[in-house]
Parts: sequence; structure tokens; C-alpha cells
Amino acid sequence: MLNDPRELCARANSIRRRNLIMLNHAGLGHTGGDLSATDILATLYFSILNIDPQVPDKADRDRFILSKGHCSGVLYTTLAEAGFIPLAELDTFMQPLSRLNGHPNRNKVPGVETNTGALGHGLPVAIGTALAAKFDDATWRTFVLTGDGELQEGSNWEAAMAAAHYKLDDLVLIIDRNRLQQGDATERTMHLEPLADKWRAFGWSVREVDGHDHAVLLGTFRSVPFELGKPSCVIAHTYKGQGVSFIRDRAEWHHRVPSKDELTIALEELGDNGHDPAL
Amino acid sequence: MTINPSRYHQLLPEVVQMLDAPDFFTRTKSIATRFSYAEAVLELAERNSRIVVLDADVSKSINTNKFADKYPDREFNFGIAEQNMMAAAAGMATTGLIPFASTYAVFASLRALDQVRNSIHYPHLNVKIAASHSGITPGPDGVTHQAQEDLSIMRSLATSTVIATADAPSTKLATYAAADWDGPVYLSFTRDPVPVLFDINYPFQIGKMVLLRDGNDATIIANRDIVAHALVAAEKLAQEGFDIRVIDCHTLKPLDVETILQAARETGAIVTAENNIIFGGLGSAVAETLVENYPIPMQRIGVQDTFAESGPYLQVIDKYGLTSPHIVRAVKRVIERKKSGR
Ligand SMILES: Cc1ncc(C[n+]2csc(CCOP(=O)(O)OP(=O)(O)O)c2C)c(N)n1
Ligand SMILES: [Mg+2]
Repeated sequence: MLNDPRELCARANSIRRRNLIMLNHAGLGHTGGDLSATDILATLYFSILNIDPQVPDKADRDRFILSKGHCSGVLYTTLAEAGFIPLAELDTFMQPLSRLNGHPNRNKVPGVETNTGALGHGLPVAIGTALAAKFDDATWRTFVLTGDGELQEGSNWEAAMAAAHYKLDDLVLIIDRNRLQQGDATERTMHLEPLADKWRAFGWSVREVDGHDHAVLLGTFRSVPFELGKPSCVIAHTYKGQGVSFIRDRAEWHHRVPSKDELTIALEELGDNGHDPAL
Repeated sequence: MTINPSRYHQLLPEVVQMLDAPDFFTRTKSIATRFSYAEAVLELAERNSRIVVLDADVSKSINTNKFADKYPDREFNFGIAEQNMMAAAAGMATTGLIPFASTYAVFASLRALDQVRNSIHYPHLNVKIAASHSGITPGPDGVTHQAQEDLSIMRSLATSTVIATADAPSTKLATYAAADWDGPVYLSFTRDPVPVLFDINYPFQIGKMVLLRDGNDATIIANRDIVAHALVAAEKLAQEGFDIRVIDCHTLKPLDVETILQAARETGAIVTAENNIIFGGLGSAVAETLVENYPIPMQRIGVQDTFAESGPYLQVIDKYGLTSPHIVRAVKRVIERKKSGR
């Protein structure tokens, strides 16, 4: 467990570098959404989650559910960085017959909790794991990461009601609020704001944070549940493509991956000194 | 001609005796199989503490409210939110619980299909989907509640197990068997009361058809509520001198291919009969098997390319050609084709 946000920065930087190299190698993937979620995953996997790469299915592990399954790239690189899968295997991402598919599969990849890819499934599945934890009087928690555009799927709001109804304070929803979806800005596509008010109105305890500030993320995740008897919602304000100037905050990088030349510039920008340029 | 009970198997003797009665369907003891499911899952709960029941506001209609009364901590009502219920069932199953998610078949197989496919079947999670009002049994409720395609849809999902039992005892046995089955199971029930046919002690096995009547002139393979109509049709045909085999195909998938092929070889003609659209259900499954292995004349009884009208159950299924007179005609036609080699 890392306690120093600067060490988390270094981890996140390493994940970003591996991720971009992997995406370039595969020629496929979701660069923008991977990079917006990297600091969140780094913080969870290296400072928060009770997990063991040696025993990936231990019964009392905390569950992390990546609802935005198209960002399997950041999940695989984080799992590799954390020791769940070999780092060398990242070269097989999206290759024929690889287990590192474009969207994650729990029966193929250790550390993956759900088969996501159809948006709007992760939070409802998380309702089930959180209910099961309560049912078993267990202390493990469920963290689920959704996109923001993804919240346009109605199934999330069925789950939002259920989480508050069942007082699932062992459930933490993190919204990757990068303000972009596949084709355009969320607010031009289908208004989400006032987003925090919506979750509050549904009975959640909400905090809005800088989703790239490791110290803030660490403090936030360490203080869940925000209120006893309520599910916690973290609206993490992020940028798609965070860390690379020409990728950052651009809708067209949703499903685009860096070319060889772009990768070289991106890695230069990121630097390998363990310091996150975001800070 | 009197009924020859020795031709019949696994059925209650009093049912066999009544098969030629014109008022068979009003005289037999009838139970809606949704209630048998509710009874069975309640019994199961006593034996297995990992079993939980999930509802979506129709527990009063399925009788799982009795489960909720007895085990308030083991029943979860998700409100009118079938998608959330199915995905949550998947989440629960990842922790080793055995959720029975109950709702109407239209909602289980259509509204929540994305969750049922991607979050339950794809990761092969141990969720039991308990679907009432399957087929055009909910006559008076109309098309929105008539799941005439649920079996076809569920059958098309990779790795699915799909069950459509004929009566109350077989539904209880199927529910017990589903609890022991590793992986998702779709159980379909009738809204309306259907005759109790089976002796509860008969051997029930997922994936194994049940021979109900011997016969060598042709075979009727039926499922769910149409099994009773197939039996009545076979007895009618017996009175006319035809000796018809009747098989209950309670498990649509995995399909008991061996028993189908044996019937094909031994009787040379097959009629399928189901309360489901003719696209992709029992008729399709049997046809696919025959055409690839042992092509013989075959006819299909099922809902044709139409939505059904509202009305009392028996009247509605008769209008859409699913009752014994229609089955009798189909059997005669298939025997004609067998004889003429067409
Ligand atoms: C149900 C469903 N509809 C559409 C898609 C196609 N799709 C994949 S990613 C995406 C955009 C997601 O946007 P957002 O949730 O904001 O994620 P992020 O910005 O973090 O990539 C879409 C529409 C999908 N995967 N699932
Ligand atoms: Mg987004």
C-alpha cells in the first residue's frame, strides 16, 4: 500500500506509459478514456483496495468493477503493474486469441470482476455484490467506475435507487467526469448536469474532486463511506487523454490510438522520472 | 375403444383414465406452474442457505411473497426494474449466492435481455431466471404480457439452459434441479392453471426427455402447457387406430438429440407442439436435428407469424392452433407424408 501521493504519481505515470505503448502496439483501443481514469485506478489499486495478486479470487477482497469496459486498456496495465498478469503479456492486447480482449472477461483475466463492455451494467452488478456483502456480514467493499456519458443509460438510475433503498454504504461509485463521450461533449449530446444534485436526490452522499490529484483521491477514497447508511458517489473531474497535450480533452481521441511518432512525443511529454505532469 | 393404460408412462393413473374425456381440461386438477416454482424455491431455501430470491414487484403474482414472508432477509425486491434485478443477480452470483430472479417472461427475456446475455450468460454466473407468464398463456392480459418468443430468445444465447415444464410436479422437480445445476438456467412457467399430469416421483433430469406414451406410427414432441394437449391428441388418434408416441421435451436446451433420433428411426414421422412462436423454439430445434441427421417428414404446431388476441387461456391457444384437434390434424398429415414418401 502506497501512502505517499508522489509515489502514486510515479505509478500512474508508469501505467500511462505502458498503456500508450500497448495501444500503439495493438493499433486499437480507447486512449482518451484510459488516460482520464488512470489516476483513479492507480490510487485504488496501490493505496485502497484490499486485494492480493497471488490470490486474485480471495473471498474477502474488495471488488473493483470497471463499468466503462471499453477502457480495458487502463485496467490491464494497472493489473499488470500490480502483479495480477505478466507485464510482458500487455503486448498481446487485442491480438488474435489473446485473453486481453477489447473488453474485459472475468473468466479469462485474473483480477477482472465482471464482463463489461455493454455500458450501464457495472453499477447494477455492483448493487448485487454490495448486497451480497451485506447479506454475508462481510466487510469488503465494492468500488465501481463508470463513464459520464454512460450515465445516459437508464439502468444506472434503477441501480441508483436500489443503492439508496438498500442503504449500501459499502458501495462507492466513481464517475469519470471527463465531459466527453464517444462523439461529442456530454452536455451537447444529452445533458447530465446538475449531476451531483441528481445523485444527492437519489439518496447518495456525493463529493466532487479533482480526479487527477492523487492526494485528493487518496483522502477521498479513505473516507468512505462519506455518510453511514448511504452509498458514496465520487464525481471525479477529469480530462480525457490526461497527461499528453495533443490527446487531452479531445473527443476524437476516444477511439484513436497513437502512431509511432505520436507515441514518441507522448512518452517525452510524460517523462520517466516518476513525476506526473498533471501536478 | 377403451384407453390402454399400459401404453402410458410417468403419468398419474387418474389422468390417463380421463384422456378421452371431452371435458378433460375442466375436470383435471389444474395448477398454474408459477405457484409450483414459488413452493419449490421455498422448500429449497430450507436446505440451502445460499439461495436468495429476487423480485421486481410481481412477487404477489408469482407467490414469491411467501418466500419474502418466511425469509425477509433473503428476498430482494428491486421494484419495477428488471434490468437492475438481473445485473444485481449476476453480482450476487459472483460471491457464491444462488439468486432466483423472478419476473414475467416478457421482461426477463426482452426488457432485461442485455443483462441476461452480457452480465449473466457471458460470464457464466450461477443465476436462475424464473419466468412466469411464458407463452400465450396470459390470455386476458394481451400481447404485452404474452411471452411467445422467450424460449426462442433464451435458446439462442450461447451456453444457456432453457426449461419449459408441463405441469406442477415437473416444475417443482425442475426448480430443484436448477438449484443444483452449475450456471444460468431459464425456467418458464404458465400464468394459467394447467392439468397436473405427473406423479411427483418420476425421474426428472435436465436435458433428458420423458417418454409419456409408446407408439410407432408417429411421435409428438411437446413442451410446457402443450404436453397435455399432445396426450389428449394421441388418445384421440388411438381411438382412430393410430399408435402415437408422445414425448415431453421439458428441456429445450441442452436438447436430448438421442431421444429425438430414436423417435425418428422408430416412428418415421414427427410433430412438434409448443406454445411459442414457430421461429427458433422447439419445432426449430427438432427440425435442425432431423435435417442434419435423419430427415423424415415433420410438422410444427406453434404460434404462427402473428401476435395473439386477448381472451380466456384455452380459447386463445385454440384460436392460434395449439390444441389437440390441430395436433391430431398435423399428425395425420405427417403420417400421410410418411406413407407417400413426401
Ligand atoms: C450500451 C452501449 N451503447 C453504446 C456503446 C458504444 N460506446 C462505447 S464507449 C462509448 C462512449 C462512452 O462515453 P463515456 O461513458 O463518457 O466514457 P469515456 O468518456 O470515459 O470513454 C460508447 C457510446 C456501448 N459500449 N454500450
Ligand atoms: Mg466521458
